[in-house]
Amino acid sequence: MPTKRVFPARIAVVFASLASTVLAHATPSDPYPSTYVAATAAPVLIQGATVLTGTGERLEDTDVLIVNGAIAAVGHALAAPAGARMIDARGLTVTPGLIDIHSHLGVYPSPGLASLADGNEMTAPVTANVWAEHSIWPVDPGFETALEGGVTSLEILPGSGNLIGGRGVVVKNVAAITYQAMKFPGAPQGLKMACGENPKRVYGTRNQAPSTRMGNVAGYRAQWIEAQAYVREQADYEAKLRAGGKEAQEARPPKRDLRLDTLAGALKGEIPIQMHCYRADEMATMIDMSKEFGFHIAAFHHASEAYKIANRLADAGICAAMWADWWGFKMESFDGIQENIALVDAAPNGCAIVHSDSAEDIQRLNQEAAKALSRGQAMGLDLTPARALRWITLNPARALGIADRTGSIEVGKMADVVLWNRDPFSVYALAMQVYVDGVLQFDRAHPSTTPRSDFLLGQPATRGELP
Amino acid sequence: MKTTLPLTAAALFLTSVVHAGATLYQHGRIVPVAGATLENGSLLLVDGQIRAIGNALEAPAGATVIDLHGRWLTPALFGGIGSMGVVEISNEPTTNDSGLHLDEVRPEFDPALAFNPDSEPVEIARVEGVGFALLAPEPEEHTKGGNVIAGLADVVTLDGQSPKAPTALVVEMGHHGGTLAGDNRAAAFLLLSDAFEETRHPPRPGEPRRLTEAGRATLRAVLSGRLPVLFHVDRAVDIRAVLHFAAQQKIRALIGGGDEAWRVAKDLAKAQVAVVIDPFADLPANFDSISATLENAARLAHAGVQVAFSLRANSPHEVRRLRQGAGIAVAHGLRWEQAFAAITAVPAGLFGVGSEFGSLAVGSKANLIVWTGDPLEVTSRVEAAWLNGEERTLSTRQTALRDRYLEKLRRGEAR
Repeated sequence: MPTKRVFPARIAVVFASLASTVLAHATPSDPYPSTYVAATAAPVLIQGATVLTGTGERLEDTDVLIVNGAIAAVGHALAAPAGARMIDARGLTVTPGLIDIHSHLGVYPSPGLASLADGNEMTAPVTANVWAEHSIWPVDPGFETALEGGVTSLEILPGSGNLIGGRGVVVKNVAAITYQAMKFPGAPQGLKMACGENPKRVYGTRNQAPSTRMGNVAGYRAQWIEAQAYVREQADYEAKLRAGGKEAQEARPPKRDLRLDTLAGALKGEIPIQMHCYRADEMATMIDMSKEFGFHIAAFHHASEAYKIANRLADAGICAAMWADWWGFKMESFDGIQENIALVDAAPNGCAIVHSDSAEDIQRLNQEAAKALSRGQAMGLDLTPARALRWITLNPARALGIADRTGSIEVGKMADVVLWNRDPFSVYALAMQVYVDGVLQFDRAHPSTTPRSDFLLGQPATRGELP
Repeated sequence: MKTTLPLTAAALFLTSVVHAGATLYQHGRIVPVAGATLENGSLLLVDGQIRAIGNALEAPAGATVIDLHGRWLTPALFGGIGSMGVVEISNEPTTNDSGLHLDEVRPEFDPALAFNPDSEPVEIARVEGVGFALLAPEPEEHTKGGNVIAGLADVVTLDGQSPKAPTALVVEMGHHGGTLAGDNRAAAFLLLSDAFEETRHPPRPGEPRRLTEAGRATLRAVLSGRLPVLFHVDRAVDIRAVLHFAAQQKIRALIGGGDEAWRVAKDLAKAQVAVVIDPFADLPANFDSISATLENAARLAHAGVQVAFSLRANSPHEVRRLRQGAGIAVAHGLRWEQAFAAITAVPAGLFGVGSEFGSLAVGSKANLIVWTGDPLEVTSRVEAAWLNGEERTLSTRQTALRDRYLEKLRRGEAR
């Protein structure tokens, strides 16, 4: 089986060096491709629910029909196809599956042992060559508890110890033996970068660059200069091939470089940039840098001071992924306020996201959004729960480049759907059913008697009272 | 209602006096914790003291009358066990006095002198409804010179006063205790019993000693039952070992952490040992917490164990999340009253401040909070905070930042 998988990848590499159609991409087609295929499931008709669509709408007494893993219809008195499972959802709330844009599940799993801590390749300040997916331990019990909290898609990122930490990966929250079987088909990878204290602390304490914020910025810029040259060399090579004749025969492709592959992908907009950055002034510097080299930042993560530059972020089309109430654990988070998310949302065209960065908080993204909603309302902003739901559904989908497929209850989208026993903005709300691509992955009424994680399976400690 | 009985008389008396220092809260949901909740209740404060709690109290002349319109009025909350007031920014060592890394055994170490009532986390916790917390030293690892006997814990109040007298001795057990005891958790018991042995039989002049006289005095307070020991421990079998040790030594024990406490709930109930758990803990964070579950609190309470809540993380910045944790415990089977007591009356009682904190009682100084709704709901907010008989401002550095940038945003100048 392994050889079978490696073989097409090799073919792809060969093609990449010959065929001009493939050459448009910096990297050959994914050599670690998604093997995720949703199981076939009977159609599901959810009847009479309150639906928060994820687009900002609230629909009362509404039916949602799921067929072949997709949302087939949203409306009233929908007819059930033959063999459909009917769900009486009166009194329940339906939302899209929640999406966490910033997770380290699998790369910093539970149990938190040094032998499993694989999230931060802190051996050089730039490791654009590493891919978080190669560190994922699919056994992490945190995936299951996140699912019970309604999370159906998440981006797993490298840590923030490096200036450029490597590629993140978007996964569907399904049980699997391999990460490839979780990998969100067709979702772009992400590039993790980090501003501020972390990289300068990690390398500064080793008396190595960067040890200052100006060292940080010099570090990124040197990389983008190299990446621009790499992109140019590739373009030159492609132009020669296109020219044909002797030029094409003598043309040699630039030596492939994993680090530069990633950076070139980011420059070309194929790999959305997810940038850990707390301070307003540093985010502004990063925006200038993105203009200097011509790339786009998808989202600033943590962004404790995003509220100070909410207009600037909105105008630049950059999302901010934030916590509802974390602050003060480091100097660059000292100005974090509970109104951050609502203020970013309030800017015209603002894109606010609630993220977790935590195996605990990923279980309750709805509650974190509820806190921010309440703080926004207290400030006098015209905020509804339906709008706030976008912070944990459609907005992260947008910043991840998957908003055309998931993140809202709309016809044609993946049937990533959560049924809540009550208003999901309550601390007492529980996800009763969680569907991923139309497949019921968690059912609180019929919880699995065995843990999903191999790690917890059969552990004496989980069985009951100590004898 | 028991509390209403003496009030009629008091209220009659009060009407004859003009009370500029009187505030009457009415038409609210009053949660005294000790005693039944009053729907549509009133609470009268006179000169910062709770004078009456009842269903239809009359306002004394000159009193400020505040209609709660169904809002909730409760005691101020517990902020958990941690480093409240001794940490400004966790990652900045010059602002962080949470640990103690002396290479000696100092049970008498008291963190009180590091407490700073002006610290930003104190202010933020206060405006989020927290009135008191337990300040406890938190040694990290033996390489830094910590000890399983971490030192004393004090109740700190968020009203600007100095910490109260020490209320417990903190001891690290389990895997963490092991790292402080030569990398073996069993040796944590050895070091502890050595210290008690030296206290019982003080060395004669010239004989080797590990403790100072002050240290022995602290441990004498433990051995005499005056001071309980707060054992930080999670693994079920380790908790059982701690209970056995405490019984042997005839000392009073409390369990802090207790991720697997539900598995020894019967033992805890029998020994009448209370547990202070993290209501968020549901992952096998390490091999001491394999059976961590959000139902821990409900299962313990069902077995008759007294439960209080604290966040595990030592950061004082997050204590405002503790009430959310109590709500999560309710969603996973704990009764609301038990969950609320776990962040009010139970910790106040365990740490010796039950007469001032954790419940609303006629005659005590006001340590109370007005909420927009159910305090365990994440959408509820504080509308008024009284501590030590004074209403406190809800303005903070964070609200000042909010106001400044809301204004800029309105002008399109948040850039």
